[in-house]
Amino acid sequence: MNLPIIRLSRVVTALFAALLIATTVIQFAQAPSLRARPDNRRTLLDNYSRARGAILLPGDQAIASSKPSAGELAYLRSYPQGPLYSHVTGYYSFVYGAAGLEAASDDLLSGSSDALFYKRVSDLLSGKQATGASLQLTLNPKAQAAASKGLGNQRGAVVAINPKTGAILAMVSHPEYDPNALATHDSNDAVAAMNALNADPTRPLVNRAIGGNLYPPGSVFKIVTAAAALSNQTVTETTQIPAPARMDLPQTSVGLPNYDKAACGPNEQTTLQHALEISCNTAFGWLGLKVGADPLRAQAAKFGFGESLRVPLRVTPSSVPAELNPPQLAQSAIGQYDVRVTPLQVAMVSAAIANRGVLMTPYLVERVVGANLDILDQHTPQQLSQAVSPEVAATLTRMLVSTVDTGTGKPARISGVAVAGKTGTAQQGNGLPPHAWFTAFAPADDPQVAVAVVVEDGGNMGEEAAGGRLAGPIAKAVMEAVITR
Amino acid sequence: MITTVETITPRTRRNVELVLCLFALAIVLSAWVNVDLALKGVLPASLATVGGGLLVLVVGFHLVLRWRASFADPLLLPVATLLNGMGLVMIHRLDLAGGRDSLSGNAFRQLQWTGLSLVVAAGVLWMLRDHRRLQRYTYTAMAAGLALLLLPLVPGLGKEIYGSRIWIGLGSYSFQPGEIAKIALTVFFAAYLVQTRDVLSLAGRKFVGLTLPRARDLGPIILAWLVSLAVLVFERDLGSSLLFFGLFVAMLYVATERISWIAIGLTLFAAGTYVAYLLFPHVQRRVMLWLDPFSDESIRQSDQLAKGLMGMASGGLFGTGLGQGRPWITSFADSDFIFPSLGEEIGLFGVFALLVLYGLFVERGLRTALGVRDGFGKLLSIGLAFSVALQVFVVIGGVTRVIPLTGLTTPFMSLGGSALLANWTIVALLLRISDQARRPVPEADGIPARLPLRDPAPAGGMP
Repeated sequence: MNLPIIRLSRVVTALFAALLIATTVIQFAQAPSLRARPDNRRTLLDNYSRARGAILLPGDQAIASSKPSAGELAYLRSYPQGPLYSHVTGYYSFVYGAAGLEAASDDLLSGSSDALFYKRVSDLLSGKQATGASLQLTLNPKAQAAASKGLGNQRGAVVAINPKTGAILAMVSHPEYDPNALATHDSNDAVAAMNALNADPTRPLVNRAIGGNLYPPGSVFKIVTAAAALSNQTVTETTQIPAPARMDLPQTSVGLPNYDKAACGPNEQTTLQHALEISCNTAFGWLGLKVGADPLRAQAAKFGFGESLRVPLRVTPSSVPAELNPPQLAQSAIGQYDVRVTPLQVAMVSAAIANRGVLMTPYLVERVVGANLDILDQHTPQQLSQAVSPEVAATLTRMLVSTVDTGTGKPARISGVAVAGKTGTAQQGNGLPPHAWFTAFAPADDPQVAVAVVVEDGGNMGEEAAGGRLAGPIAKAVMEAVITR
Repeated sequence: MITTVETITPRTRRNVELVLCLFALAIVLSAWVNVDLALKGVLPASLATVGGGLLVLVVGFHLVLRWRASFADPLLLPVATLLNGMGLVMIHRLDLAGGRDSLSGNAFRQLQWTGLSLVVAAGVLWMLRDHRRLQRYTYTAMAAGLALLLLPLVPGLGKEIYGSRIWIGLGSYSFQPGEIAKIALTVFFAAYLVQTRDVLSLAGRKFVGLTLPRARDLGPIILAWLVSLAVLVFERDLGSSLLFFGLFVAMLYVATERISWIAIGLTLFAAGTYVAYLLFPHVQRRVMLWLDPFSDESIRQSDQLAKGLMGMASGGLFGTGLGQGRPWITSFADSDFIFPSLGEEIGLFGVFALLVLYGLFVERGLRTALGVRDGFGKLLSIGLAFSVALQVFVVIGGVTRVIPLTGLTTPFMSLGGSALLANWTIVALLLRISDQARRPVPEADGIPARLPLRDPAPAGGMP
């Protein structure tokens, strides 16, 4: 009977080999993906068992931090300023996972990032409890507060950038929400809060500054059209260009009217500078056709359109439609038709012009710091593109300063400071009041801040809304908060 | 086989056994200290008493071996001690996680069962001087085995727990008679097959290269198959069903040396399981959980397999360390899922060690089967060793998704007294047979002495 015993022992060997292979597959090969499963309670408890890094303002004031908590989850995430920074920090909920910076920089905050490898090793060697790294942001608390106050109960968004570095100084999206309500360890409360937010038709969870459905830019896009025209030397700022009360659009019976139904100058002509000052639709419609679709799209791309940015929040790319017939091109040149932008993109256009044509990559995290505030990583400003030449940037700046001094941008004037800006009133074509836009930078000769403001659906002014009156004062308040610092 | 002429003095290797037993105890006690330091920050209060008690039990068992089975295999006792001890440590660790203290906890009860099992096993060794005496009880063993197997079906006595009807209630105690039935049936199979193997192995006709048995000789295998199906259908115990039938087919094959029995067995098994799959929702459910434990439907039905897998994954290569993982998240963490619990805390390397220990245990059983001279002893030791191997495969294969999960206990480790008692009885029987296998045959009746099977393990490798 020994031969079958030996054969049977081979079967036994095979059975045990199968078990060794299966355990290896689970505990080694599949382990990372099993650990990363969202329903993995062990990973969740692990995450809550370490002190998560804080999210700090430049003065080291925390806008998100972990506090020791009784119960199975060892730390509670709290947001001392509640809604004000909600769209920047996002939330960290054991029911719903994370959003905002809590999600985008989770590896740093939780301490699992490869970039923190040496810190982890030194924590291990020195016997310190492992902690996540903290993020120190670029935000200016005064600018953030001014933006939020300016928007008030209106829906919309504000973004402010330091044009020289790309540092984001303010990022506000209204309505806001309270991330503490989602971070609570009481799952019933968290579920109730999330259900209420999801049921809200104003969609408070959407960060309108960088995402959501995006906005038609309206007349603020005329800056891009003007930049394309100046860069291609199609015109100069003093060239007389056609500017009738209504422009006949080729291949269609629908015309392109001016806002006030009047011509923009004598003999239905005006200069580029004046067209920009009074936001003349017909002049820019003509200019768009003259420049052509491809150069216009190329100019937009140089300002960052189509770019998938992570600041490190993911920014939805702004877009100019790929196929444009002449009427669509004329409409696009004044920021209508299917041009779609984020407020961040509009602020980037202003910032590039302010910074002598150089567009800096926008960013929110100035430095990554350890538990004792030792600097683990310091952001180095990076150039995203040369959007326009310094000469074209200077010309545009001159025209935009004049727009604020004498044109539609008057509501944003700051005494003693040269402000460059442009209004926009974006028609929606669905019966809703227009979106009010304003973008600006200041001081024009030594820019410290570029800002974009959008107020949705006419805000508190309804059909009477215009970019200058509704959005201008908000932009002004934000710029003042930065400049008078 | 080495046929050297020089005399080899047969070595009992009892000293090796003693050293390895002490080593196994040392590992178990350090693991216990590790758990208590991690969870409570202090040494276990009963370390000296419980450690001393275990020492007395194990060394006592060892002394029984010295006295009554001095040539018995030296690895079986230390391996079983270590596996049993690691099970105890994990059960105690889960007691602490569940807020149960040392006297009311499961570990205390398991410790009592361990003591009882060791005493019973030593008693079996003491009373049973020669395993061949078991042959006298061939049909008693069959009757006892079948009765025990089907006992849970008796109304009033059987208890259905978590969908399987494999327990009987005796007062406040639950008992799984199937574990004891396993041994009785193995004894029966061995005794029966040793009597009938000539008929079963010789008669038959050739068909497509296989010598098929005569139809009338198919009786036993058909009967075993029907009993297995009855267990599957009426007790809903997929694991025991698989275990009994697999055990029978393996022993039948070893007895007859006929591949055709395996072919017939596998065919019957495939047919039986397929029909069971078509007919019974609980079998379909097991298969669904096996194929995709993470699907929404699977999680809704039972998330224990998924949680066990995530537990093992969280252990990774080195484990979280004893007392530092979260094995309690998985349900049945101290019984069916004790292997994933250990995987989480002692890591891939730790469970590799456990699997190697099981492998070693089975290998010593198979080696005993090769060495022993009588057919009954061969079949019995093969049966016992293979039943442990198959049970390890079925339960650990179940929690690691090699096969669908079925409810079997992890030998020596799972929480549960009946299984522990049964497994230690298997240890006693294997030790008894291995004593015969390794003991030099006295030169009597003019028969030249045969050399004992030489231990191929290099002598230098052992202390």
